Amino acid sequence: MKNLFSRRNFLKGGLASTAAVAVLKNKESDASGDFTGYPDGMGVLVDLTRCVGCRSCEAACNKEQSLPEPDKPFNDFSVFDELHHGQKRRPDEKSYTVVNRYDVPEIDHPLFRKIQCNHCQEPACLTSCFVNAYTKTPEGAVIYNVDVCVGCRTCMIACPFYIPAFKYSSAFDPSIMKCIFCYDTRLKEGKPPACVEACPQEALSFAKRTDCIEVGRQRIRQNPGKYVDHIYGEHEVGGTAWMYLSGVSFDKMGFDIHLPKEPILNFVKDFLAIVPMVLTIWPGLFVGFHLLATRKEENKKHTIEQNTDEKEEQV
Amino acid sequence: MQTGKKFLKTALAITLGVTIISPNTLLAMAAEDAPETITIDSMANLYTSVEFNHEMHTEYASCQECHHHTTGAIVAAPNCARCHHNHDENDIVSCSGCHVANRFSEKYLVTLEKPELFHIDKPGLLGAYHLNCISCHEVTSGPTGCQECHTMTEAGEKRFDTGPFSPKAGKNVSEKH
Repeated sequence: MKNLFSRRNFLKGGLASTAAVAVLKNKESDASGDFTGYPDGMGVLVDLTRCVGCRSCEAACNKEQSLPEPDKPFNDFSVFDELHHGQKRRPDEKSYTVVNRYDVPEIDHPLFRKIQCNHCQEPACLTSCFVNAYTKTPEGAVIYNVDVCVGCRTCMIACPFYIPAFKYSSAFDPSIMKCIFCYDTRLKEGKPPACVEACPQEALSFAKRTDCIEVGRQRIRQNPGKYVDHIYGEHEVGGTAWMYLSGVSFDKMGFDIHLPKEPILNFVKDFLAIVPMVLTIWPGLFVGFHLLATRKEENKKHTIEQNTDEKEEQV
Repeated sequence: MQTGKKFLKTALAITLGVTIISPNTLLAMAAEDAPETITIDSMANLYTSVEFNHEMHTEYASCQECHHHTTGAIVAAPNCARCHHNHDENDIVSCSGCHVANRFSEKYLVTLEKPELFHIDKPGLLGAYHLNCISCHEVTSGPTGCQECHTMTEAGEKRFDTGPFSPKAGKNVSEKH
């Protein structure tokens, strides 16, 4: 008993536990790299061959989320011709979702695509946020907490789909505006988001994400020639809760087809792990180097001075 | 899209109203037996009901193009034909007999989880109407605009910020680039 708390034992135990924590921590961070999303997360399958551009989803979203009055009525289809800085419409502080028109030469009628947050399985906005304003809920939504947001807008740069919008009209009370999958009012209770329920063409199907993929594959298989053989969002940036089927190649519908298959986080994880090390170890290390490097010179100076002193003495 | 209950009730009403039961024949139902017009109002909320001229539409499409396997004709859609290859006439031939108005009701979602049901991807009533009507109208140059088939109600105008609820004019000028 006496020996149990000896200095040696204490140090041993301390070392062992430190090592154990280090090992465990490593394992944890490795596992998070393989996280493929909550198993029962919900998703939406968007069938772009069905969308007719009626903008019912936009109107439903506006009312459900109590968003400000739009600039134009929701049955005004001139918005499809609008170009903002040479680009088609994007979700902004007044709208969580927008529908755009795409004229594809090989199709004799215009095509439409609804844009909103795709609710990534491993969201870049979430991982980039240093105040943890974002949360991926087990239901599948990527929600945002305005109370902790400091308005740095890193999430806007991190998002591979350019979705989060900043409320520039209230920059001193920073707020990001972004689709939240109707989490508070609907998804939490198992209900589909307002846009899905409003779609008259049922271009939006709401189901478990895994079932969405199954339905998508079934549609591709059963309608040869109707779809391109790809479900956009099944693997893109590690998978998204909102996925798309299209009759024409996805780049013609304005999708970024060069997105990686793994989460954006994976590309910066290694670098980010170095940052704390750089901040804590480097200052000490380089001060040490500096002292070591300059010590020689100091010594040299010293000896030279001593030598000259001795010489002077001799003279 | 307000309450699901209301939808379900009205859907039931129209099912009863539109359902045509033919008791003594197993042959294909004759087009003349069908009603001349049908009022489609089961989901009328944002838009008024549709007066569907059934008689006129029989000139454009065969029965099975809309009724699939339920009217006793040979099934046109290959997906339906996998199981419904016998041509027996069904008791229920109305759209709402198979396509439910409230496709997100818990009761309905449970039925979808049964793997033996091939109908996993069956559209709800809203989708069944619009997908079938609009895709055909596009080919036959029928009306495809929302208000060409049903005019907007006041609730609809409110939802779409249009008509008397339009945003104030001139507000959007400064924000256009």
